[in-house]
Amino acid sequence: MSENNQTPRRKGPPMGGGRFAPGEKPKNFKGTIRKLTGYIGIYKIPIIIVMVLAAVATVFSVAGPKIMAKATNALFDGLMRKIAGTGGIDFGYIGKILLFTLGLYIFSSVVSFLQGWIMAGISQKISFRMRKDISEKIGRMPMKYFESRTYGEVLSRITNDVDTLGMTLNQSITQIITSVATLIGILVMMLSISPLMTLISLVILPVSGALLSLVIKKSQKHFRTQQEYLGHINGQVEESYGGHTVIQAFNKEEETVDDFCRTNDILYKSAWKSQFLSGIMMPVMTFVGNMGYAGVAISGGMLAIKGVIGIGDIQAFIQYVKQFTQPIQQIAQVINQVQSMAAAAERVFEFLDEEEEEQEPSDPVQLDNVKGNVSFSHVSFGYVPDKIVIGDFSAEVSAGQKIAIVGPTGAGKTTMVKLLMRFYDVNSGTISLDSTDIRRIPRRKLRENFGMVLQDTWLFNGTIMENIRYGRLDATDEEVIAAAKAAHAHHFIKSLPNGYNMVLNEDASNVSQGQKQLLTIARAILADSKVMILDEATSSVDTRTESLIQDAMDRLMSGRTSFIIAHRLSTIRNADLILVMRDGDIVEQGAHDELLARNGFYAQLYNSQFESA
Amino acid sequence: MEEERFDKANRDLMGTQLFTNRTMAFMFPGMMLVMYGVTLTIVWVSAHRIDEGTLQVGAMTAFITYSMQIVISFLMLTVMSVMLPRAGVAADRIEEVLTTETVIVDPESPEKAGTHRGEIHFSGVSFRYPGADTDALENIEFTASPGKTTAIIGSTGCGKSTLINLIPRFYDVTEGCITIDGMDIRKMAKSELRDMIGMVPQKGVLFSGTIGSNLRFGRPEASDEEVRKAAEIAQAMEFISSNEEGFDRSISQGGSNVSGGQKQRLAIARAIVKDPKIYIFDDSFSALDMKTDAQLRKALGAYVKNAAVIIVAQRISTIMNADQIIVLDEGRIAGIGTHKELLESCGTYQQIASSQLSESELEKSTGGGSNE
Repeated sequence: MSENNQTPRRKGPPMGGGRFAPGEKPKNFKGTIRKLTGYIGIYKIPIIIVMVLAAVATVFSVAGPKIMAKATNALFDGLMRKIAGTGGIDFGYIGKILLFTLGLYIFSSVVSFLQGWIMAGISQKISFRMRKDISEKIGRMPMKYFESRTYGEVLSRITNDVDTLGMTLNQSITQIITSVATLIGILVMMLSISPLMTLISLVILPVSGALLSLVIKKSQKHFRTQQEYLGHINGQVEESYGGHTVIQAFNKEEETVDDFCRTNDILYKSAWKSQFLSGIMMPVMTFVGNMGYAGVAISGGMLAIKGVIGIGDIQAFIQYVKQFTQPIQQIAQVINQVQSMAAAAERVFEFLDEEEEEQEPSDPVQLDNVKGNVSFSHVSFGYVPDKIVIGDFSAEVSAGQKIAIVGPTGAGKTTMVKLLMRFYDVNSGTISLDSTDIRRIPRRKLRENFGMVLQDTWLFNGTIMENIRYGRLDATDEEVIAAAKAAHAHHFIKSLPNGYNMVLNEDASNVSQGQKQLLTIARAILADSKVMILDEATSSVDTRTESLIQDAMDRLMSGRTSFIIAHRLSTIRNADLILVMRDGDIVEQGAHDELLARNGFYAQLYNSQFESA
Repeated sequence: MEEERFDKANRDLMGTQLFTNRTMAFMFPGMMLVMYGVTLTIVWVSAHRIDEGTLQVGAMTAFITYSMQIVISFLMLTVMSVMLPRAGVAADRIEEVLTTETVIVDPESPEKAGTHRGEIHFSGVSFRYPGADTDALENIEFTASPGKTTAIIGSTGCGKSTLINLIPRFYDVTEGCITIDGMDIRKMAKSELRDMIGMVPQKGVLFSGTIGSNLRFGRPEASDEEVRKAAEIAQAMEFISSNEEGFDRSISQGGSNVSGGQKQRLAIARAIVKDPKIYIFDDSFSALDMKTDAQLRKALGAYVKNAAVIIVAQRISTIMNADQIIVLDEGRIAGIGTHKELLESCGTYQQIASSQLSESELEKSTGGGSNE
């Protein structure tokens, strides 16, 4: 059995031949496996059924050659009788045995198919549930988690790790069972045929084992170098590709190529060594295998002459010997797989166990008809407790007012936004909406009351209509169109192929940056939130679109309390309150004229624009 | 709604994977059955042959072994038939890269420029991207003199970046010619041409290494003093010295461990260290706040007295003090002049100016600010 089941779908390392490459190791193997067992616990009964089926299929297919040996024996005996003239070949008997063996094989195949079918179902359901759990978890995670990690990292958990897990689960559980069952089964069968021959064939095991481990030990080092330098090469290519014009402009082409060649050379040397070593593995193993084969044939022949065993037994024995080393190799491989599975599972569980934002306050307040009064009273906050960036900030904002947040890059302008939306909580003091502490409003409810238009527009793969409607899901088509008109988006939408039904592609690259912004404004208008948070910078937009966006934003802000991360002086001047940020702290606050009169940081910032160069 | 969309995608993925896995689950027992079936048939057929005396028992055993080898070879062939086309596609793609010809080539016998003053002249330059229907730039004509600042402004996609990419010969002009100190740039060696130019791209691209190694990128032999001076001009000294490692602070691949504004400042400092005759800034101040932007330009203006400076910008405040402003509109020059002149004569410029500045600011800029 299992002549070739290591071939299907294994993602080897990119350079192939990585069968003996070192696998990834989890930090806490036992703990992770325990957690994983708990996670898949609800499938306990089907998994036990799968295990039983796998064992049954193996036993039957192992028994095959031994039973078929009877047919060969009968054939040989019949031939002898024929030569001696005492009778002939008993075809009836041989036929019966062959049919019986065929039945056995068919049964074994059906059982093993069934087992594969059920296991695929289980492992896919587990992967499905895991992806779902991760996705739901993402919604409950605090902002700071994502700020310290790249999107790729989080994404790789949903895709790669869950994939590895599902695939390994699918294969390894059954493979462990079948390998062990095959090993024991074959040993029993071999012993039942001839203990002497079994001994002879077992002698080759330690020999091949020693050879194998020698080669693996030698090649492991080179495999590691190969992996490492493959990473370096990728990094170098990415970097020089990304900085291509700079390299050209600074005449650095030759040096870059030289650098690359040095890395490439190391990769070449380690790759050929590792490939060569794993390449000689097969011939060595075959040679050892054939030695055993010859030993079995000679001893078997001698035993047959003595009449201890039949010809068919030798044939069966040879088949068993050929299969014997396979389960051993497989077990080694499965152990490797299980280890990388555990590493993947560990990362997934680590993510699932991350600290969450608490979802519901203990005494939630239902806010209806929000007016949009926001007040800050003695707010102090720091990303790390001992480094306060906003200390004792108080301000009253009444409904409909405009608050501009200004300051140099990196001054922490988004901090205020994050506090308002409760991505972070204040350390002391309170922020309240319509005189209710925002910490007493359920996060979901709170965020519903804020509309956001940010520089990084977020649109999804769907029609324009759906994208705008995302602001308020129960809006009618008319309402969506009205919102688009108010946002100056109607005109350009009409000029697109299919108009409102045009499907935006995955990264919305089939509309321009400015158009995207108009769409998100339309969405915010539709949502009709009482408090708006806007980010004004429109540096990548042409002037005409910019004035459209400006106008749309002005409309959006009228009648709503709005917090604007402002860059344009006209917006800033019209603001009811200006918060001036510097190095994460609010250094000044007040209206435009007031701040100018104070002649402080704001005045400096404002005037700097007109200094001559 | 978001959860629904994820749920649907998730479910679809499960469906597909389930299908492939189950097909696989069928394949393996199927193959086994074929192999054993073949063995059994051989035994049955051979039994008759042996009975007739045309076959030996040993030959049957050999036959079985051979047939197994054939089946396994077929398996190998199937695996190969899946892999070979993939290798073919990969080989084609590699071939495509390797056979792509270099379009920008050095002249066979490059002429040596005598003196490098750095006066750039565009005469009747048109440029069309390969395969495009219309010209990206049309009949561009201007001179950027040493010691003067030339600014280029215009809406997105009007050809600003294209224009400056022609100077270091990232592309060659389709018509007309660009000369530096009177010599056609296509007659110079590329390396000599690019040695004269200090370019700061839109995205501040940095390379892995240290801040120091990045700043010395254009001139490895630059002294510590020169590097420090350049960092000061680029307003980068503040954040460099705020870290204890200073110039030895490491930069990770692509410069991902410094912010956008810091990257731009380092990229500017890198060009200053190179000490070129011609500076090109491609919207290089966009990630800086207005104050830093102004300080930087002030320091830079004092330092690069003898070089020709070309600045591409979106913000009018960045460029309104330039000696010469070129307004580009759809690949053509819509106006050339100073801020004051253009406000009077050029409609496109007025439009840009009024969208960014209020009236009183406009007045202030033409009245008190300019220094011609």
